[in-house]
Amino acid sequence: MGLWKSIKPSFWDQGEASGNRRHLFNYRRIWKLAVILTGGVSLFPLILITVVNYTAMQHAFESEFQLRTARIVSNTRRAISFFLTERKSAMDFIVHDNSLSSLKDPDRLARILENLGRSFGGGFVDLGVIDSSGQQVNYVGPYRLEGKDYSGQEWFGQVAEYGVHVSDVFLGYRNVPHMVVAVKGGGEGGSFYVLRAALSIQPFEGLLSNLELGGEGDAFLINREGILQTSSRHYGDVLGEIPLPLPEYTPKTKLMEGRNAVGEELFIGYRYIEEGPFVLMVIKKKDELMKPWARVRVELIVFLVVSASIIMAVILGMSTYMVRKIQIADEKRVSTLHQVEYANKMASIGRLAASVAHEINNPLAVINEKAGLIQDLFKLKEAYEKDERLLGLVDSVLACVERAGTITKRLLNFARNLEADVEEVQVGDVIKEVLGFIGKEAELRDIKIHLDVPENFPPFECDRGKLQQIFLNIINNALGAVQDGGNLDIGLERDGKGFAVVTFEDDGCGIPKHDLTRIFEPFFSTKTGQGGTGLGLCITCGLVQEVEGTIKVESEEGKGTRFTVYIPMRNVGKEERV
Amino acid sequence: MRVLLVDDEKELVDALAERLSLRGIHADWATTCKDALNKLDTQKYDVALLDVKMPKLSGIELKKEMEKKAPDMKFIFLTGHGSEADFRAGSAEAGAEYYLVKPVGIDTLVAKMREVVREGGGRRA
Repeated sequence: MGLWKSIKPSFWDQGEASGNRRHLFNYRRIWKLAVILTGGVSLFPLILITVVNYTAMQHAFESEFQLRTARIVSNTRRAISFFLTERKSAMDFIVHDNSLSSLKDPDRLARILENLGRSFGGGFVDLGVIDSSGQQVNYVGPYRLEGKDYSGQEWFGQVAEYGVHVSDVFLGYRNVPHMVVAVKGGGEGGSFYVLRAALSIQPFEGLLSNLELGGEGDAFLINREGILQTSSRHYGDVLGEIPLPLPEYTPKTKLMEGRNAVGEELFIGYRYIEEGPFVLMVIKKKDELMKPWARVRVELIVFLVVSASIIMAVILGMSTYMVRKIQIADEKRVSTLHQVEYANKMASIGRLAASVAHEINNPLAVINEKAGLIQDLFKLKEAYEKDERLLGLVDSVLACVERAGTITKRLLNFARNLEADVEEVQVGDVIKEVLGFIGKEAELRDIKIHLDVPENFPPFECDRGKLQQIFLNIINNALGAVQDGGNLDIGLERDGKGFAVVTFEDDGCGIPKHDLTRIFEPFFSTKTGQGGTGLGLCITCGLVQEVEGTIKVESEEGKGTRFTVYIPMRNVGKEERV
Repeated sequence: MRVLLVDDEKELVDALAERLSLRGIHADWATTCKDALNKLDTQKYDVALLDVKMPKLSGIELKKEMEKKAPDMKFIFLTGHGSEADFRAGSAEAGAEYYLVKPVGIDTLVAKMREVVREGGGRRA
């Protein structure tokens, strides 16, 4: 609300307590229309572009990360496959290169193990030779496994059937996680043997831990039952079950989305490895992955908000400025029009008053002379000279003629002044003249008018007619405001700066504070529907400006109003100096 | 003192003439300009009291005509119209001595007439 208060245009609250033609000038509506249209036209494309850009960039970022993850999965899969194939091939070579009898030689087998270790690096832990009945006939390695019987084990059956077997990781007799690669050798006649090597999982661990996955990324192997084959950072240790669903089989690298135990979104890349019972999984947290996107996103949003704010500020400012200009122009136009209308009206009234006065003056003069003649004749004839009653009647006729003459003279004077130009003026006399017109109304309503005009107030040059209208309007206004039996004080003084200061102070209803700045606006009226046009004070203000004066109003609701008119005193007392 | 009253309102000049006579002033009257000018051919007057607004010829124009016939005569204008500015413009041209607004009291009128005649006499002397 505070923000609205500061940007609210000055004309926002206008329109209620105004004149009857205010609806023609609904500036609030013009302003709203301007703001909504220009705002919509400029903001809509901006927002649209930002939204489109936002989604496009989000997609770009996502697919970029997916691609990168897929590449890592695929490369790692190749390395693991190669590792397994290499070892299977080596063992295949050994069974073909050596006869069963030579493999039964412990020294020979020990040398082969040593050579394997030398050629293929780490991984080979031990080697064993198992005959077709499942008995381990030769063994080299750190454990004492000679004579072990494997005939009942599943893998043995598989080797006998398919010729090769790669086991998943298990603890076995030795209680250390390892895997086994077994290759079938021997003749076709049914007599076969198996070369069995235990491989440590260290090479896999090394391979996976070297992947550059960034912060919270994780890469590990599981078997096809979802049991971890290597240790992972966040999803458990070797031989533990992963807390994620087992991804379904596909022959290709695949990406999917999932959630971890605490509900964070994950990017999961996986690949079934054909050379062994393994599934390679690379898991990244979506939040972390999308961190660069988050920054870009913030930038985008900040850009949108800042530019939208600037656009709106400019639109609001411009709309307010332009509509205010229109309002001022409208008001000027209207008040000028009405001033002209008013002046014309006053001129017509003046002409009418003058002709009426003239027409009345002529018969009045006749009555005057006839009555005068009667008086003269009475005074000459003794019979009537003493007749007090007859003479009294004639006197009263003559007195009435004089009274009517005063009224017509005043009327003529008023009409004459309407057309008058700048002349020497006694402000006090002008006020008295105006009061001469209004005095009767005030008297009827028992309104006491106190006039305080200094005797020796110097005359100065001014437009008498305009002064007359100014005073007439203000006094009329004051009489409208006071109750019957109220007071109106009129004062006149010099302010030492070359101005005559005329004050009109009434004890009427006063003007509410919020209306005080608007009473000089055209069409501002609280008397709408009671004959008020809302133009009186506007015209008064215009007239005051025309005589280059100023008008000021102070008011307290319920206590009264005080109008002060400052009139410049030009060529003070010219006649006196001459 | 001899006075000529000119006004289109017969009732006015009629009564006024009689009142002036009662005050020892010889007053003739005319309601048309033609009549007024004719009167000047046979009579001599000290003062002419003219209505400013009359049909055909205005008081100011009439004054010019009358001045030709009686250069020594003084003039007082009587008007029902208060347009002093108009009158001043006209009277400056015509050189009228006095200007009175109807209705005017008889005493004021007589005083003005005597004043005009006295001034004129002074000027002449």
